[in-house]
Amino acid sequence: MKLLKVLAVCITVLAMAALTMAGTLEDVKAKGFIQTGVNGSLFGFGKADNKGVWKGLDVECARAVSVAVFGDPDKLKFTPLTAKTRFTALQSGEIDMLFRNCTQTLSRDTALGLDFGVVNYYDGQGFLISKKLGVKSATELDGATVCVLPGTTTEQNVADYFRTNGMKMNPVVIENTAELAKAFFAGRCDCLTSDASQLAGTRAVAPNPGDYMILPEIISEEPLAPAVRHGDNKWKDIVNYSVLALINAEYLGITSKNVDQMLKSDNPKIKRFLGVTPGIGKALGLDEKFAYNIVKLIGNYGEVFERNVGVNTALGIERGLNALWTEGGLMYSPPFK
Amino acid sequence: METNIEIVKPPITNVGVIGWIRENLFSSPLNTVLTIIIASILWFSVIPFLQWALIDSYWLPDSNCKETNGACWSIITSNYKVILFGFYPQNILWRPITAIIMLVSLLIISRNRNWWNAYLGYSWLAGLIIMGVLLKGGILGLEAVDIEKWGGIILTLLLSVFGLTAAYPLGILLALGRQSEMPVIKTFCVFYIELIRGVPLISLLFMSSVVFPLFLPEGMSINAILRAQVAIIMFTAAYIAEVVRGGLQGMNKGQFEAADSLGLNYTQTMRLIILPQALKIVIPPSVSILISAFKDTSLVVIIGLYDLLKTTQSTLSDPKWMGFSAEAYIFIALIYFICCFFMSNYSRKLEKELDTGL
Repeated sequence: MKLLKVLAVCITVLAMAALTMAGTLEDVKAKGFIQTGVNGSLFGFGKADNKGVWKGLDVECARAVSVAVFGDPDKLKFTPLTAKTRFTALQSGEIDMLFRNCTQTLSRDTALGLDFGVVNYYDGQGFLISKKLGVKSATELDGATVCVLPGTTTEQNVADYFRTNGMKMNPVVIENTAELAKAFFAGRCDCLTSDASQLAGTRAVAPNPGDYMILPEIISEEPLAPAVRHGDNKWKDIVNYSVLALINAEYLGITSKNVDQMLKSDNPKIKRFLGVTPGIGKALGLDEKFAYNIVKLIGNYGEVFERNVGVNTALGIERGLNALWTEGGLMYSPPFK
Repeated sequence: METNIEIVKPPITNVGVIGWIRENLFSSPLNTVLTIIIASILWFSVIPFLQWALIDSYWLPDSNCKETNGACWSIITSNYKVILFGFYPQNILWRPITAIIMLVSLLIISRNRNWWNAYLGYSWLAGLIIMGVLLKGGILGLEAVDIEKWGGIILTLLLSVFGLTAAYPLGILLALGRQSEMPVIKTFCVFYIELIRGVPLISLLFMSSVVFPLFLPEGMSINAILRAQVAIIMFTAAYIAEVVRGGLQGMNKGQFEAADSLGLNYTQTMRLIILPQALKIVIPPSVSILISAFKDTSLVVIIGLYDLLKTTQSTLSDPKWMGFSAEAYIFIALIYFICCFFMSNYSRKLEKELDTGL
């Protein structure tokens, strides 16, 4: 009987705890940090450097959320997640948001109990080949052996592509990015397929990068977006507008260097954005200066991009689809008003 | 009568180094051929390896390894902090280092059975507490470090030391339960052991990291490391239980009867007579289970915990170091080898001392 009573009390307490759980924003403010799911092993997107400092495009976007909520880019705790554990971690409440180069798809958005935010990187799958093959287009790859990572959308995409074009392929599946690259350079396969963001980096580490080329075809759409738990709209707004603030800052020509001068600007868009004319902060339940703080402490999207994956980094990626819409890309922010 | 015995020395080709070589390497045509083949294999593999590993290699941190054909040990010298300690804050690395030194010295002291006494037990207890405080911090003015940040060798040692010490007693209990005559306990133990032994460790780890959290009430989460630790303990315990059961069944029936006739009860029989003998018999198989359990901790890679293997893989994903996986893997293989060699060496010593020539 005593045991039963203890059990009953436990269950009641747990049920109450579940009922009294507030929104993620209140939770995060109460505990003082945001638990963020990241990749952990993806250079340029989410990975700790050899000093143990977290770096990458996804990491910096997460830092923007931290600035918006706390005014400090370091109020984050990172949980490195694998492709298989990432969504469970979010569903179970282990993390508050997921910035882990996740491709937004319809089934993930609906069936997994999560909501995707605004896309922070447009990726697509491509092919890296050895120039010796003499192939100029992916449509000439009939019968090729293809090096590919297992367990992600990549494997499925390449199979679909070969099938739709009536070609045969022999997949060589290797679990780990570094080993995959090694196998490709050792001649185990004719081409390597991966997200375009990775191909340039892989090519750069080849013994002779000049011997390899990236084929022009992009065979899939990979909009990489942050994710939050389904139904917490307030928190989703905050995550979204923190990322959009990066993009909008670039559109308005505000950088981390000129942001203080921009405070004096006469442009009403800039005045509203930087909180000189109040309004946007209150609407989100944040500080009026949250966008100013993001740009001041982190920069705009262009700066973040160039610092982590841009042409001067080891990955050497062009802006391409990730340029602003005014420059032929897809990055577009709704007005901050 | 005098006898002059002239001591004739054996021919020079039969003694010393030459004699040994003749005897062991060139004693028959077949042996000669084998020796030549093996020597040439060694020549063509060891020399290039040494050339690669030592002569052409780069050692200094941050050197440009693309310039050399040799090994690039700079991947280790540049990244050893991350490889060995994961995300542990690098300004306070003295804390995990001290903790590991304490652990190793306690292990070395415990090797000598003459020193096994109550004080050693207390020093283990005190040592473990101090190690925990050093790693976790949060009191005595030490900066607190979340368990999530423990990585690399800290995590590997944590998972294996706690996993093995908790699994062993649990395994003995399960083995005794399986031998028990109480039907409920017996059924439970058989069910548990067969269920756990019937699934691979990976599936248990997946259960613990992917399925288990979904059953918890919303807002409640249990640390991923703790979940993996429990899975490892449960898994190892089932295997140890079967090994110990082998020892129990190997005991002569006379031992049980003798204990009964002395009027000992069940606990006394087990504690004083059966277990000391049974555990002695099963030292070699238990050690092989402990060694494989130690190596199995590296499977936590697949649930995204940053043990020694995962921190290495993470380092390798940096384009700067991507081509040098061989060097990095050799380095961690050495660490694993040293730990496992220590364990098997110790078991041989223990066996000799306890003389289990049964």
